[in-house]
Amino acid sequence: MRVELIKRPQQSALFSAVSPFIALGLTLIAGAIMFSLLGKNPLDALYYYFIDPLTGIWDPFNRWQLHELAIKAAPLILIAVGLSVCFLSNNWNIGAEGQFVAGAMAGSMIPVLFPEFHSWIVLPLMLIMGMAGGAAYASIPAFLKVRFNTNEILTSLMLVYVAQLFNDWLVRGPWRNPEGFSFPGTVRFHEYAILPQIWPDAGRAHWGFIFALIAAVAVWFMLSKTVKGFEVKVLGQSPRAGRFAGFSASRMVFFAFLISGALAGLAGISEVAGPVEHLNEKISIGYGFTAIIVAFLGRLNPLGIVAAGLILALTYLGGEAAQISLQVSDKTVRAFQGMLLFFVLASDTLIHYRIRLVASPAAKPAELAATEAAGNV
Amino acid sequence: MNNTGSQTKADLLEVRGLTKIFGSLKACDAVDLAIAKGEIHALLGENGAGKSTLVKMLFGSLEPASGDIVWKGAPVRVSSPGEARALGIGMVFQHFSLFEALTAAENIALSLGKETPISEIAEKARALSKAYGLPLDPFALVGDLSVGERQRIEIVRCLLQEPELIILDEPTSVLTPQEADKLFETLERLRSEGKSILYISHRLEEVKRLCDRATVLRHGKVVAHCDPRNESPASLARMMVGDEVVGAERPPREAGEPEEMLGICGLSRKPAGPFSVQLHDIWLTVKSGEVIGIAGVAGNGQGEFFEAISGEVLQEAPNVLRIRGKAAGKLDINDRRLLGAAFVPEERLGHGAAPTLKLSENLLLSRFRTDANAFLSKVGLVASGALAKASKRIVADMDVRKSAEDPEASALSGGNLQKFIIGRELDRQPSVMIVNQPTWGVDAGAAARIRQALIDLARAGSAVLVISQDLDELFEISDSIAVMHNGRLSEPVPIGDATYEKIGLLMGGADAAASPAVKEAV
Amino acid sequence: MFEQIIITIATAATPLLIAAIGELVVERSGVLNLGVEGMMIMGAVAGFAAAFTTGSPWLGLAAAICAGALFSLLFAFLTLTLVTNQVATGLALTLLGLGLSGMLGETFTGQPGVKLPLIYIPVLTELPLVGRLLFGQDPVFYLSLLLTGAVAWFLFRTRAGLTLRSVGDNHGSAHALGINVIRIRYLAVMFGGACAGAAGGYLSLLYTTQWIESMTAGRGWIALALVVFASWRPWRVLAGAYLFGAVSIGQLHAQALGIKIPSQFLSALPYLATIVVLVLISRNRRLTMINTPASLGRPFVPDR
Repeated sequence: MRVELIKRPQQSALFSAVSPFIALGLTLIAGAIMFSLLGKNPLDALYYYFIDPLTGIWDPFNRWQLHELAIKAAPLILIAVGLSVCFLSNNWNIGAEGQFVAGAMAGSMIPVLFPEFHSWIVLPLMLIMGMAGGAAYASIPAFLKVRFNTNEILTSLMLVYVAQLFNDWLVRGPWRNPEGFSFPGTVRFHEYAILPQIWPDAGRAHWGFIFALIAAVAVWFMLSKTVKGFEVKVLGQSPRAGRFAGFSASRMVFFAFLISGALAGLAGISEVAGPVEHLNEKISIGYGFTAIIVAFLGRLNPLGIVAAGLILALTYLGGEAAQISLQVSDKTVRAFQGMLLFFVLASDTLIHYRIRLVASPAAKPAELAATEAAGNV
Repeated sequence: MNNTGSQTKADLLEVRGLTKIFGSLKACDAVDLAIAKGEIHALLGENGAGKSTLVKMLFGSLEPASGDIVWKGAPVRVSSPGEARALGIGMVFQHFSLFEALTAAENIALSLGKETPISEIAEKARALSKAYGLPLDPFALVGDLSVGERQRIEIVRCLLQEPELIILDEPTSVLTPQEADKLFETLERLRSEGKSILYISHRLEEVKRLCDRATVLRHGKVVAHCDPRNESPASLARMMVGDEVVGAERPPREAGEPEEMLGICGLSRKPAGPFSVQLHDIWLTVKSGEVIGIAGVAGNGQGEFFEAISGEVLQEAPNVLRIRGKAAGKLDINDRRLLGAAFVPEERLGHGAAPTLKLSENLLLSRFRTDANAFLSKVGLVASGALAKASKRIVADMDVRKSAEDPEASALSGGNLQKFIIGRELDRQPSVMIVNQPTWGVDAGAAARIRQALIDLARAGSAVLVISQDLDELFEISDSIAVMHNGRLSEPVPIGDATYEKIGLLMGGADAAASPAVKEAV
Repeated sequence: MFEQIIITIATAATPLLIAAIGELVVERSGVLNLGVEGMMIMGAVAGFAAAFTTGSPWLGLAAAICAGALFSLLFAFLTLTLVTNQVATGLALTLLGLGLSGMLGETFTGQPGVKLPLIYIPVLTELPLVGRLLFGQDPVFYLSLLLTGAVAWFLFRTRAGLTLRSVGDNHGSAHALGINVIRIRYLAVMFGGACAGAAGGYLSLLYTTQWIESMTAGRGWIALALVVFASWRPWRVLAGAYLFGAVSIGQLHAQALGIKIPSQFLSALPYLATIVVLVLISRNRRLTMINTPASLGRPFVPDR
């Protein structure tokens, strides 16, 4: 038996819409199997993963969970929205984690180096510095790709390690809080340097989530309504057609990397100035990589990415819930997320191809025709 | 005329009711065909008639949906090219199945059986190529070779397998007329050795000259079996197209002072990639009201030339290119379009159009700058309503056949997409139109329509430059023909003085070959 | 001292070499598998687990190889059968590998590992200077050299190697000639997976002899860069791997000597070196274009 693909003349609108749901369904099934193998009741596990964190919607005393969801979703959505521009234009920036750290470091300069500078302008400056820092860091692989033809996948990834090590040095060395005993990390930011919460009475969710929503709508508008968005799509799927249209592939490399770097940097500074409230060595926990999954689950559409970001954020919360209630390791979260991306990519095949199972190449023509008729999906 | 299967005893290969379906399209519909030993059998048909599909089934690269293949009187199932070769069927592909990064000998080795040690193949190939007058260097990288040389490798590779039936798919489409003559000699010699040849072509003159029998396909069905020597090219064409073929009408140019629309003054270009051609000092003027054709064998710099003229690659000095009198060498493609130029590249999918974008979006591709007023709102947003309307107009003007209201470009057949792309540019009423391979892969009716549109555009006062590898086409529409060979362009020959022989010699590099000889003599 | 440094360089270079040679074969067949890091870490955890439970480092190595090959099958099924984007799928493989291995390896964290024995060849090992280096190494070191030679011979001296290269150059032509493109690519991807698995096993069975989450620390990515650096030629991969081994050992020794440079900066050196090397090798576009397998990363759907 073998799998045969038949190219659809047109992309299937149906499967474009349902493929993320097919992927989610398959992930749930695979997850259930994984939990049974770990000796846990799969239904319980899935309940704690995906339902328990959401009970806050109906329960006014548990609304803080929704806020936690927004806190986790904010950086994922911000980064993934930027990545969608990169991936659509065929620029493989996989160093968003490094740009996230770079933005966090750049934005932290003001409260750490000028702790006496108290003014309402501190926070906007920090956010701008964060975006600039992320964008500047992302411009390195962009420049190397344009100028030296260097593979951006490898350079952007290598720069993640460099940024993490540099941050580690900063918070253990020159920027370390002298009163922090021997713990690495900067001083706690003063009140002018803290991102305000949206509804302080209900929970901790901060303005980072609002930024994420604004970024998603703005990038969606750019991609679907403007010539710039048209340029992104054309250059992404066919560089020669892009050149024929008069678009510059080199400028697009910078455009995509700078946008995604700036958004990753904004995510970084929002994380530091938001829930964490100071810069430490543990701020890099893989949002930049999980955002790759978010971008694909959202089908590289910024509005889809908002939904996908919430779903992936849910797995983080669910992981914590399952750890407490079922003693499942929190490491299962990343395994879960990895499976999800696999199923997303596999399901996307249905958009471009019909899949049919063919009995075997040696079957007689008559039998073959029969199996083909039966096996069409 | 219909004498199928009358000589079954001597038939080497017989095909009965062979059918292949792609989706809803019957690419081959119950095809019957018989090839006798020692004959050259022509398979005639338009683009898309099902010729390639049929031979791919004979060679085992495609699986038939139904029907029988009978080889030397016994039914066989050819499920892979390896099996076809084992039976004694060899094939020379139209779009070569060669590997550019490998040497000629390695390419040959790949299609021979495991018995032949790789070390001996180079020697065998050299000997055989000498015997058949097909000189080749076994250690040359294929990427560095011309199309003619590549075809020789294909043929030698096929002959080394000692096949009894050789399938040749459009072999002369990449050759100069003189090279084609040499190929015919080789084929006639093979026939005298008792080998059978299935010769696929849409060039009627050569079929009439070379072939013993012919089978004509139209829309996947056999419409006739005949003896081409008893037919005229016109009658063969009628069978292929199913209709009277009308040549383009070329009215005389209006008297009046023609002005220069496109001026190329000493254009040179360094090779861009490892296997691309260098352009040397090209001069050409195209005036209003005329069609100039550029002939040449594929891979002699036509693509590089097109990119330079279109502005996808800029020139070193502004004065190298003039569009309507303005220095344009340093202007990008959209600025050149704003001067009134329009461009149609050879590749449709992936160059002239982006495959998964809708037709209306592909309309925007070349016109978002020139027609910004029509297709973009004041703040620069895409006006999809205006695009849809314009796209509808083009579809109607050019008779583009499509299955959906606004399909993706890749859902159209090659010919229909080409009609849309040409229509997209004509719709702008350009004053300079540059087209590379306007009718390649397009059916006869659509090709005639495109050619007529180009002539009409010129006669209305524009300048038209057509790059083509199809000599018949250039003779039909051009007012004069220049030839590109190895990155150099000849003087244009006025159509009144041009003959196939003259142009063919230029295509083979007659000029270029003459000059070093003169030097040596001095 | 000098001898010791050279030997540690070999230990640092060997996993890079094995993983890169495997990926070289994959890329020569026209497939870009960015999941080396993921396959490597799966090899590391499987190798450690098998050796820990059975007590045999050899079974550990075998398990590492099998785990890498099996894990690569996931990638092969998606990219070759379902024709998904190779770059995205490779990333997915890495993310899944890092996640799964973290989960599977949790119980082994902090446990003492089982170490692969060194092989001493009598007399030869006693030779001055080169003795330990050439004749007193671990078995995988010898294997890695053998592997490099074998792959070079296979690719450029055998018919099967020629077929593999032809598939990487032009899969359409190869298909037209009746070569089974998909099958060859499946085999190549699995070979690459086995090599990456072995490289990972080397890390957890010899280099560190314990299981640490994410212990590959970007070595899979460096192996990918090595293939580009080597212009897809096996012997140049060997040179590159030892160059990187030298950089990473050099920075460790510099740290140990207490040089007044922050340790983080020294640790960043191998990553920065990777970038520099990539820039140097890629700037000649023409050369890169000639060397890169022409079908690399392109989707292939056979028509039947």
